Formats: sequence, C-alpha cells, structure tokens
Amino acid sequence: MDLLVRLASICGRENVLSDPEDLLVFEYDAGFDRSAPSAVVVPATADEVSAVVRAARDAGVPIVPRGAGTGLAGGTVACGGAIVVSTSRLRNILEIDTVGRSALVEPGVVNADLGAALRPHGLFFAPDPSSQRASTIGGNIGNNAGGPHALRYGSVVDHVLGVEMVLPDGTIAAFGGRAPDLPGYDLVPLIVGSEGTLGIVTKAWLRLLPLPEHVHTFLALFPDVGTGARAASAIIGGGIVPAAMEMLDRTTMRALNAAFDAHLPEEAGSLLLVEVEGLVEECRDQVTRIETLCRAEGAFGIRTATTAEERDALWKARKLGYPALARIKPNNYLNDAVVPRTKLPEVLGRVNGIADRYGYTIANMFHIGDGNLHPVLLFDARTEPIERVLRAAAEILRVAVDAGGMLSGEHGIGVEKEDFMTWVFAPEDLDAMRRARGALDPDGVMNPGKVLPGQKACGDIPTSRIKRGLAEGMWV
Amino acid sequence: MTVPGASRFELPSDALQQCIRCGMCLEACPTYTLTGLETESPRGRIHLMDAMTHGRIGATARVSLHLDRCLGCRACEAVCPSGVPYGELIELTRAQLVRPSRRRDLLLGAIVARPRVLDVAARVGSLYERSGVRALLHATGAIRLLPPGLRRLESLYPPLARPRYRAPTPPSAPVARVALLLGCVMRVAYGDVHTSAAHVLARLGVEVVDVPDQGCCGALHAHAGDREAARGLARKAIAAFERAGVDALVVDAAGCGAYMKGYGRLLADDPAWAERARALAARVRDVTEYIASLEVPAPLGRLEARVTYQDPCHLAHAQGIRRQPRELLRRIDGLELVEMPDADMCCGSAGTYNVVQPEYADRLQRAKVDAILSTGASAVVSANPGCMLQVAAGLRARGSDLPVLHVVEVLDRAMRS
Ligand SMILES: Cc1cc2nc3c(=O)[nH]c(=O)nc-3n(C[C@H](O)[C@H](O)[C@H](O)COP(=O)(O)OP(=O)(O)OC[C@H]3O[C@@H](n4cnc5c(N)ncnc54)[C@H](O)[C@@H]3O)c2cc1C
Ligand code: SF4
Ligand code: SF4
Repeated sequence: MDLLVRLASICGRENVLSDPEDLLVFEYDAGFDRSAPSAVVVPATADEVSAVVRAARDAGVPIVPRGAGTGLAGGTVACGGAIVVSTSRLRNILEIDTVGRSALVEPGVVNADLGAALRPHGLFFAPDPSSQRASTIGGNIGNNAGGPHALRYGSVVDHVLGVEMVLPDGTIAAFGGRAPDLPGYDLVPLIVGSEGTLGIVTKAWLRLLPLPEHVHTFLALFPDVGTGARAASAIIGGGIVPAAMEMLDRTTMRALNAAFDAHLPEEAGSLLLVEVEGLVEECRDQVTRIETLCRAEGAFGIRTATTAEERDALWKARKLGYPALARIKPNNYLNDAVVPRTKLPEVLGRVNGIADRYGYTIANMFHIGDGNLHPVLLFDARTEPIERVLRAAAEILRVAVDAGGMLSGEHGIGVEKEDFMTWVFAPEDLDAMRRARGALDPDGVMNPGKVLPGQKACGDIPTSRIKRGLAEGMWV
Repeated sequence: MTVPGASRFELPSDALQQCIRCGMCLEACPTYTLTGLETESPRGRIHLMDAMTHGRIGATARVSLHLDRCLGCRACEAVCPSGVPYGELIELTRAQLVRPSRRRDLLLGAIVARPRVLDVAARVGSLYERSGVRALLHATGAIRLLPPGLRRLESLYPPLARPRYRAPTPPSAPVARVALLLGCVMRVAYGDVHTSAAHVLARLGVEVVDVPDQGCCGALHAHAGDREAARGLARKAIAAFERAGVDALVVDAAGCGAYMKGYGRLLADDPAWAERARALAARVRDVTEYIASLEVPAPLGRLEARVTYQDPCHLAHAQGIRRQPRELLRRIDGLELVEMPDADMCCGSAGTYNVVQPEYADRLQRAKVDAILSTGASAVVSANPGCMLQVAAGLRARGSDLPVLHVVEVLDRAMRS
C-alpha cells in the first residue's frame, strides 16, 4: 500500500506498524468500544506529524490522534479505516519558565512526569486526572480532563495558554501562546476538549501555579451516602471551596483496602476525602468550618493525614480506585455525568435504584464537590451481556439529564456518547458545532465518528450500534 | 473469527478477565518506556494473550516477538490496581509458545539445573579467568573483535574465580534454625555471597543447617517456557527442605525467592503436592527480609562507604521488598546510601533476556549505568546475582570498575570490623 511506504519514508520503518497483530493492540482505550486502525504511525517532530497528515490526506485516509489510550469514551478508537497517529515519541518538556510561570511541552509528555519536573521549581500544573501516571498532556487537552483538584482549579481548559496544532491539511498553526489575552479570536478553548477532531496538537503552552504553602488532607466518615452528600452540599453552599472533595462509598472502600492496604474505615457507609490548601492559618480556619458542617450532618469521625506519606497513600488509593474495583467484579462500567449539586442526594438515590433493579453492585467514588458523579456498575462480562450493562448506563445518564445535568463531566463524548448528544442539545446547537468543526476540518478527516451524532464512520462498532438504539429508543 | 491452529492456546479466563485495559501499568513497564509502543506494553501483551485465547489470532512470529520482549520483571503487576497476575500469565504463555529461541533457553536451563555439570563448566571457566586470557582480551581491546553473540556471553560470564560457599561455625545458642538456598547459578558463580549470608546470619545467632540434596528452584526453566521441568524441580526442592525441618528457608537470590514464594500456585492442581507447596512457600524469606525481621543490634557494624542500591525486579516488584535492604544498609555506621533515579527500573538482566533480546537489554543496561554513575557512589549494592552480573558488565563496558556487591556482603564486611 502506497500510504504505508510514504509513512515509512517520513518516520522510518520501525515507526510504522501495520501487522494485524500489532494493530489489534490499538483497538482499545480504557473504555468499552473496540475497533482497530489500518495502520499506526509514530512521528517524532511536528514536521513529521504534518507530513503524515498530508500523506493520509492524499490517500483519503482519516486520522485519529492517540496519547496513552487511557480515555474512557473511545476517543482514540479508530474507525472507518483510519490510521492512528501516536504522540509517544513527542515526549519532551521544551521549556519551563519559572518567572513567567509557564511551560512549553510536547503532547506525549505524561502528566505525572511534568509534575515531577516542576516540583523542584516549586511549581505545578493543576489538572490532576486520576490517570495522571499514564495519561498525556495531549490526551488531557483532547478530553479537557479534570481531576479531584478541578474543584478549586478548574479543568485543563483553564490551564492552557496556547497550542501549536497540525491542521487537517497539514498546516502547522499556533493558537494563543505564552502570554495570556492575545487579540483576535481565542480558539484555544475550542481546541481543548475537541477530542482530536480539529487537528493534532504538537505543542502546548501551559499555565503553572506555585505549590501551596500548606496542605491539609482528612477523611470525614458518615453512616451512609446520603449524609455524606448532604454535608458536601452544605460545605459548598457555605461558600467554602476546598482544593478537592471526593466521595467514596463502602463498596469502593472495600476494593481499595484489598488493592492497596489503604486502611479505610469500612464501618462507614461513605466518606468524604477533603483537601484544603493555602496559608497555614487559612487552612486551619477552613478545616474547622468544614469539620463542624460534617458533624452537623452526621459525620461520626474525622481522620487526618499527619504525614506526606499518609496523604500520598490516600490519594493513590483514590486515584487508582476505579481499576481497583475490578477486585470485586472483573468488569466495570464507569459512568460520567454532572448534576446540579442540590440534586445530588436525590440523583444518587435514583441511580442506586436502577442498579438494584438490574441486580448490579454499584460503587460510588466521585468528585462530589463539583457534582461530577461516577457511579460504577460492577459486572462480569463472561456472564453478563454488555447490552444490558449499556442499557443500565443509559438509564443512569437519563436520570442525570432529567435532573438538569450533563452527559460528561470530564471523560468526553468520543464514540461512547455521541448519540446521546441529542438528549441535551437542540438540532440548531449541534448544527452550529458541526459548522465550527467544518471551518477547521471541512472534509471530516480528523477523528471521524466522534463527538457529534449522526456520523457513519463508527457505525459498525457493535457497542456503538447498541447505544444508538438506546439513545433513540429512550428519548421518546 | 477463529484462526486455524489458534485453539491450542489457552489461559485461565479469570486471570485474563481481570485486566480492564486501564493503562495504569504502562509507565511502569521498561519496554514501554523505551519504545512508547502499546505493542511493547503490559496491556498490549495481555490483549494479545487474550486474543490468542479467544482464537482471534494465532501464535504468530509477530506475537511471539512482543511476548519475548517482556522482561518478566513484573513491574506492571506490582502497580496494577486491578490485581492482574501478570507473572503467572506470561509464564503460562511462554510454556505454550513454540519459539525458535526456546530451545536455546531450555538448553541453558538444563545446564544450570545440574550442579555437577555446572561445576565442570565453572572449573573450566575459572581456568580461563585465571590464565589471564580474559584480562588480555580486555586490555588489548581484542574483545571487540569477537562476534557480538560471543562477546555478549563473555561479558556476562560470572566472576568464576570467586571463592565457593563455606559454611560458618554454628552459633552456640541459636535463636532460630534456617536453611539457605544454594541454588544453581549462585552456587558456583557467587558462592562467596552465600558465605557472607550465612556468616551474617550466624553472627546474629541464627543457625544455618546444611541441606545437601537441594537442587535448583526451577525459576529459570519456567521463565524459559519449561513449566513442567520447573514443577519437577519444585517438588524436589520441597521434599529436600521439608526434611531439614527449619523455621525459614532463606534465599539470597531474589529471582529464586520470588519463584519459591509462588510454589503454592505452581502446584495448586497437583493434589499430592498442593498443600506441601503452600506450606513451604509460606516459609520462604528473602535474606534481607529475614534479617530485618530479627532483633538486631544497632548499628550493624561499621563501613565507610557511599553506596547506591539497585532494586532487583524480583525483590521489589514480585516480593514487594524495597524498605528492608535500604533499612539494613542505613543501619551500618559510616555508610551513606544515595538513591539513584529509577532504582527499581529493570537493568535488562531478567534471566536469559540479555541473550535473547540483546538490543533491549543493552538499552536498559545503559540507562541503569547512567543512573548509577549519576550518584557518585563508590559501590553499587543489589540483592540478586543476575542483576549483579548485568550491572557489573554494564559498568565494565563503560570503563568503570565500581564494585557491585550483594547486601549481605556489605553487611558481612561491616560486621566484621
Ligand atoms: C483509571 C483512570 C482514571 C481516570 N481519571 C480521570 C480523571 O480523574 N479525570 C479525567 O478527566 N479523566 C480521567 N480518566 C480518563 C482519561 O485518562 C483522560 O481523559 C486522559 O486525559 C486521557 O489521556 P490519554 O493520553 O490517555 O489520551 P487518549 O485516550 O489517548 O486520547 C484522548 C482523546 O484525546 C485525543 N488526543 C490525544 N492526543 C492528542 C493530540 N496530541 N492532539 C489532539 N488530540 C489528541 C484523542 O484523539 C482522544 O480523542 C481516567 C481514566 C482512567 C483509566
Ligand atoms: S494490567 Fe492492570 S494496570 Fe495494566 S491495563 Fe490491565 S488492569 Fe490496568
Ligand atoms: S513484566 Fe516487565 S517487561 Fe513484562 S510487561 Fe510487565 S513491566 Fe513490562
């Protein structure tokens, strides 16, 4: 095939994969949808990316950008004969400006590696998706990732000053840059969260923050999920914004204790993992107020992390909590939805009702501070048909949307939820999005079949077909 | 979709099913961090195993290549939140894949399993060492003229001129009775490490009893794909150590210790041996783990040195032992421990890996040597013979004569003074 030869001449033969066995391991990300690309190419520079894009375009082959493949919505799953462009050789931190507090990085840099490089300078990159030990800055940008600390700092879009991107015709263009507030259209927020449908980001200017003077991390233990959720509402309602506030239920605690020896109190029905940051006095004051509110809602214990190791252990357990759930049941379906905070206790109740009705164990471990629910359905794919799981997940999504919520808090739409977009956007809204996309990618060659409903590219993925049926069937 | 001939491959579905493709193991994997390729990652390898089990692909040369490149270091298993038993999966996979390189592995395995065969090889080797041929080859640079395959083996040649194992005088009122695994490669190549281990134990009041008919633990065979031979050796070892009736079986080679701790699973389906295997496995202790669990004097002797510690994969990842060796070293008066970057990243040794996958092994070895030299330490300490050979070979290739010592050797020297 002509394209393969051309790709090999651009990136070197060893950086183009086309054996069927090799392609098979690119058929997945961390979600449920599967489809293998027609080739994988691993360029080492922005110029190579540009040449690869031109080559694919000349051959009429669509392109899917891929970081670490930890996405949960199938964003890097390639359909319609697309090739995958991997960023794993674009792994350099090009610049750390300690005075201007910004960094220039390539997209394949792993989030945690950037954090490690910044720490000696007393700086950090705020977005901390739980997958940060593997996920890349490019993927974080692609999905506008959040994380526990998004509560205080916002998601990735609030921390990207600019990007360099290879457009679908191979042009290399820069948007924004080191300095904030450039004149003209600010396209950066459009690109962040576009899930690889507008181009391939080849560099990013990131905003950095100084590490806080003091961090205080503690657990508040509650008899059940309802009391914990009410306390969280009271805290936010009281005008306090902790750096992070996570809820874990008992099922989750059991899994974490099994996986990490986390010593979480399984006698509690739920717990809030709360972190406050700032000046020492400021923290002390906030902690006192939060503790008081927790106790008023029924908290029966407070446990404080007294050393950095204890704090790290808590966060490690929390951040790797989702895969740890596999210790209870080998498969799990992680839902991602945002609901208005005031509706949290009610929505949680209804979600549990759905799980009961289907007979699934449910685990709750989520960013309660910003209403970002992650109810996880636990099942065994060897005995449970995936169709049934997807149906339960769609019902959960429906409950969230009916409560005035959103389809996704942070994981993106990808090929997982594009059909559900019609649940929350009017045809006119979706059409405006299509036109915005068309301005940069008129032929729809970048990551086709993702984000926007009604495309054919990924129609053959079996899970995708099931979901389309659910989206259409349950809306009327 | 089933590929012809693929149906023969099978792995336990509960182990496979446990992997949810989350990718949290990627950055722990040496071959993934080298290449950035999903094909050289734990998640990718598990996916290939899964695809073979389900008959989606056959055991093609391409699949074997990716699986062969796995070091078996189990770093992925150590970080996997979901508890995927990767070590077991890769071992069962290797036992089923017919690879061209397998025969050579098996041969190596056959040699190392027989102490007497190895003895002869050792004596010849020792002659070669003493005759000065080796020194001459190195000094003149003629070593570079050897074909790469031979050169590789040459540079990994165990330091055979080292003295053999000599048992210590037993303590008069022992606090415990243990056996020491002498093993196969260790016995001839690093007999003096055993001597150090036994002397340190004796000085701490532990009696090391002689277990004459012990053989090889079977780890090398299993890693080379010969699980049946490994099971046979495991049964022999179990019987021998049961007869010794000791409190603990102390192992100073991390690879062997890790393997023996898994005897329970290895023989789980053998009714006559399952229980015995579990019981013995429960008594296996790495030597650093064992010493750290004793009531030992502080300080543990004195030694002026600045050392850095290299975590053997089969100690850190497979046995979860990182703290104990460091703690023991820190308890030595005058000794300074400086951490190298990525101390627990595989050095590329991994059994026969450096012979079978030379390119990857070299890249890992180079990275390890860089890390070691960056510390400015005057010695490297580790706890596994394979790692010690690989690290020493890497240092020598870079013109460094930094000594490479086992933790127990350092302890032995410190306690003697
Ligand atoms: C255990 C676990 C925990 C997680 N926790 C969180 C969390 O707390 N918060 C959160 O937000 N997400 C979380 N995720 C989801 C996921 O890790 C994030 O979405 C992450 O940002 C994906 O990064 P990646 O490098 O794996 O990207 P990939 O999955 O490879 O790609 C993600 C998307 O970005 C696009 N993309 C990748 N690189 C580029 C590029 N250079 N240019 C343009 N587009 C690109 C891809 O096409 C795709 O659409 C979690 C996932 C797991 C498995
Ligand atoms: S092996 Fe473990 S960490 Fe790696 S992808 Fe599978 S479940 Fe995740
Ligand atoms: S055992 Fe080591 S080399 Fe093999 S997949 Fe796991 S981490 Fe990678």
